[in-house]
Amino acid sequence: MADANKTNMSYLTGQLWKENQVLVAILGICSALGITNRLSVAITMGIAVSFVTACSAFFVSLLRKVTPDSVRMITQLAIISVFVIIIDQFLQAYFFSISKVLSVFIGLIITNCLVMGRMEGMAKNVTPIPAFMDGLGAGLGYAWVLFIIGAIREFFGFGQLLGIQVVPKAFYASATNPNGYENVAFMVSPPAAFFIIGCMIWIYKNFNNKQP
Amino acid sequence: MWMGNYETLNLFGLLIQSVLIENFILANFLGMCTYLACSTKLKTANGLGLAVVFVLGISGILNWCVHYFVTAPGALSWLSVFGIDAASVNLDFLEFLLFISVIAGFVQVLEIVIEKLAPNLYLSLGIYLPLIAVNCAILGACLFAVTRDYPFWPNLIYVFGSGLGWWLAIALIAAIREKLVISNVVPSLKGMGITFIMTGLMAMAFQGFTGIMLALPTGTSVEAVDAKTPPASQREIITA
Repeated sequence: MADANKTNMSYLTGQLWKENQVLVAILGICSALGITNRLSVAITMGIAVSFVTACSAFFVSLLRKVTPDSVRMITQLAIISVFVIIIDQFLQAYFFSISKVLSVFIGLIITNCLVMGRMEGMAKNVTPIPAFMDGLGAGLGYAWVLFIIGAIREFFGFGQLLGIQVVPKAFYASATNPNGYENVAFMVSPPAAFFIIGCMIWIYKNFNNKQP
Repeated sequence: MWMGNYETLNLFGLLIQSVLIENFILANFLGMCTYLACSTKLKTANGLGLAVVFVLGISGILNWCVHYFVTAPGALSWLSVFGIDAASVNLDFLEFLLFISVIAGFVQVLEIVIEKLAPNLYLSLGIYLPLIAVNCAILGACLFAVTRDYPFWPNLIYVFGSGLGWWLAIALIAAIREKLVISNVVPSLKGMGITFIMTGLMAMAFQGFTGIMLALPTGTSVEAVDAKTPPASQREIITA
């Protein structure tokens, strides 16, 4: 497929919609579901995965000609771990509260199928710059899906977005107004994430099928 | 180091906690990719689940040793036997790298052993055996266990139970998917869409166990738990 992707930008844009890693290849689901309670956490995770995938893809592609086949996976894991450690230390230093919420999920980016999938599927077959664009695109595709899931869950589950109260407090049920609005607590719990992704896949497939 | 504050009955509670209450797929969402990709047939799901239990059990022990003797704060004090004073060296930033290397190395060794001893099993597992190395559930269970500072036996019970819970979840969804193939599903939802919704329904069922805290050592008060370091479970994000 290398001749079909002429420009480096097409590597990136292809990953955003047509071959979106979450909705089409169904990769990177673990973290897409586990930490999307809050929009801020979802955005942080999206950026972290984009950074790790792009940089690791670049270096895996640089080393692709000298890596023996028997240690290929371990080499990729080692390179990915280095960047995950970097982003982990960065988050602990500058965004400590978010890194406490993310706890082990940053470490789990190492085993994130999306990152490994891009290494195996693209980075070890193409030159460094297209690999970097492809990794960046995959991460950004993952990030926008996470953004939507996080927004839906935080809006319905807490009535907030990014911690800012969006549903006016006056709407809520209280002693004087027992029939007022209540947060959809279900949205905060794990099963809601499954339903939201199932529906997003449904909408995506319908949208794609309607286009010629 | 071996049992800490835990008594034998607590280990049983810990087992139930890790299999049912904090099920790795349905409550913690780890190991989803393999779970979704390999759950079309019950036979494959069973083989994979068994392999995950075994790999998770052994790597859990190995990683506990790595944590206890190398990467925990102040863990290198045993080097004083050789005259090296390393009690203040903190290698915990290497934890990710060491854990994943131990897991990948063990899976590689296991692959070689299985190929020699049980060629039929090797052929039926196929590509999925090396894929266990990158299963989030393996690394996740090892990391959760060390974040919660389990002593040796509770750690073993916890990782073993996590593997069993993973196997239970994948066996359940495989059995359901075998039936879904001959059901009337909306065309755009066929395959992955309906699997997600089914998993969501299963997760709702398992939510019935929420709040049952069986994994604490006897005598721990709830206030003491709340005052401790951050929870690894994602349910607690609710109050963030």
